[in-house]
Amino acid sequence: MKIHIPKEEHMGPGHLACAGCGSPLGLRLALKALGEETVIVIPASCMSIIVGPFPYSAIGVPIVHVAFETAACSASGIRASLDMQGDRKTTVVAWAGDGGTFDIGIQALSGAAERNDDFIYICSDNEAYMNTGIQRSSATPYLAWTTTTPVGNPKERPKKDMMAIMADHGIPYAAAACVAYPEDFIGKLKKAKGIKGTRFIHLLTPCPAGWRIASNESIKVARLAVETKVFPLYEIEGGEVHTITYQPKGTPVEAYLSQQGRFRHLTKEEVATIQENVDRRWDRLVKRCEGRAN
Amino acid sequence: MKRVLSGNKAVAYGVMLSRVQVISAYPITPQTTIVEELSRFCAEGEMEAKFIKVESEHSAMASIIASSVTGSRSFTATSSHGLALMHEMLHWAAGARLPIVLANVNRAMGPGWNIWTDQGDSLSQRDTGWIQLYCEDNQEVLDTIIQAFKIAETVYLPVMVVLDAFFLSHTSEVIEIPHREEVDHFLPPFEPQYRLNPKEPRSYYGMCSPDYYMEFRYKMQRAMEETVEVARVVDEEFGRQFGRTHSLLEPYRCEDAEVVMVTSGTVTSTSRVVIERLREDGVKVGLLKVKMFRPFPKEEIKGVLQGVEKVGVIDRNISFGHGGIFAQEIRSTFCNEDERPTVFGFIMGLGGRDVTPEAIEEAIHYTLDNHRPKEEILWIDLKR
Repeated sequence: MKIHIPKEEHMGPGHLACAGCGSPLGLRLALKALGEETVIVIPASCMSIIVGPFPYSAIGVPIVHVAFETAACSASGIRASLDMQGDRKTTVVAWAGDGGTFDIGIQALSGAAERNDDFIYICSDNEAYMNTGIQRSSATPYLAWTTTTPVGNPKERPKKDMMAIMADHGIPYAAAACVAYPEDFIGKLKKAKGIKGTRFIHLLTPCPAGWRIASNESIKVARLAVETKVFPLYEIEGGEVHTITYQPKGTPVEAYLSQQGRFRHLTKEEVATIQENVDRRWDRLVKRCEGRAN
Repeated sequence: MKRVLSGNKAVAYGVMLSRVQVISAYPITPQTTIVEELSRFCAEGEMEAKFIKVESEHSAMASIIASSVTGSRSFTATSSHGLALMHEMLHWAAGARLPIVLANVNRAMGPGWNIWTDQGDSLSQRDTGWIQLYCEDNQEVLDTIIQAFKIAETVYLPVMVVLDAFFLSHTSEVIEIPHREEVDHFLPPFEPQYRLNPKEPRSYYGMCSPDYYMEFRYKMQRAMEETVEVARVVDEEFGRQFGRTHSLLEPYRCEDAEVVMVTSGTVTSTSRVVIERLREDGVKVGLLKVKMFRPFPKEEIKGVLQGVEKVGVIDRNISFGHGGIFAQEIRSTFCNEDERPTVFGFIMGLGGRDVTPEAIEEAIHYTLDNHRPKEEILWIDLKR
């Protein structure tokens, strides 16, 4: 399905992201999909820098900067306040990083999702605390290098399955997307906009500095994350119905890992283990899409 | 209309009459009945408000910061550990210049777990940029909630209304509930200058460099300085509308007093009884109830205490390594004055230990009988 990408821009070129960063591309696409009747909540994250310091803003919609762990409950407060003023049209969006979502913000996010508060939560996942300079989060992949998981003291636990955690709150919509697939991402946002309740978008955004890749390679590498099935694109409706929205080629994971400095230290055996993990999780996802319990 | 109401229900009536639009709160003893009563008001349609039942006090404060910046009158209530958990967001609410009102039921901090009254929770939040008002009885609680919104929406600083655990929160008194129309007249709808609105896109609370940060803090201090006068005018206006006032400072029998006792909260009521009795015996003792702790009304306090020989301060709190917090504030108020009272700092009633008339009398006699305090911290009713 070909999806039209709106021409209008709600984000200016004068933002402060690093070259090749996936995050501003994600926000730019999100604003195209959601339109000007949108307010954005930004907790402490790379995005709190990217959109510009006081008194500037690179964004054409209102922004509220909030404390690190409060993206979701701040969105709840804005929604309640808009409702009291009779504004049912404005879409409230929380835009948080993986640290603000998987770690410090998970309590407030879980609370809001359990209440099914009415907003779209976008987790821009670059798989570590990149704003503070590449420290591991619970979104950091198995064995990836970060400054707090240096070679010799690796992260020996897998990435937290945030999609499953969110879907199991019974929220109406959860979707995994990637900035390298703009049509898929925009389609999911437009679908989310038409739904009431807590909607969760898990967006993979490459980070050249943290992934140790060249700034002109970030989209290529992000695309490989999807094609290797490391980061499948799918959605979960009502906490139950799983649908894969893009069929990946199934390229070996080595093609993805070998592009990135953060995986340079991996042995052949470790790469093989990662391949097994990816295959197992993909099989589980396929079974869920077929409606078979696993 | 007169009703018999606990302090917590008085809070809830104050919130209802103030036509709060967004409430977000999390239960904690002894605040819980505030949350229950407000839930009932919302459920039964007595209040037209959104009540966000959050999963923590931290989220409670964060969510009403967001609802307030979006232009709705917003409220929360908490106590003790709940207030401590909010600490980060208390700074945020004040720095964001949002006219939020919070009711805090004074309760001791653990460990060990203690649900009884103690000012340590609210006084620990001294430097967050919140106005703090301490109440003595349930009428004052209800009236102060209404006044708090008017003060907050004038100076754009948040207000903490403080009431003692159990002595107020769970004790019922006959109080006058103002008519809704009269409150509407006194407190018109909240109309902020700026609000989060897609039609006027703005960025709120973004990165603020050393080029700007200090000026924002200067403006907060200026707003605090204005608050003393604003609160006085608001109380006067309240008095004209409702026929009763609640001064920031309330001197009692301070004329010709050799000793003035300084109190806050419900200790004031007990002290008043003790002082009345001592006055009958010819003892020259007076009382100063301090309602406003932040901003600390220094000039007004000087106006009452300048010329008094000795001042005894009763603190139901302690700053470890220094002493009672109200005593410190009184001392620093006078430190540059040529003529200043000798300050006796008494610590009493921590963790809800009863502050009895006998204990207060002991403190008064100590102050009368000694030229200077023998110790910087004078512990009353302490088992040594």
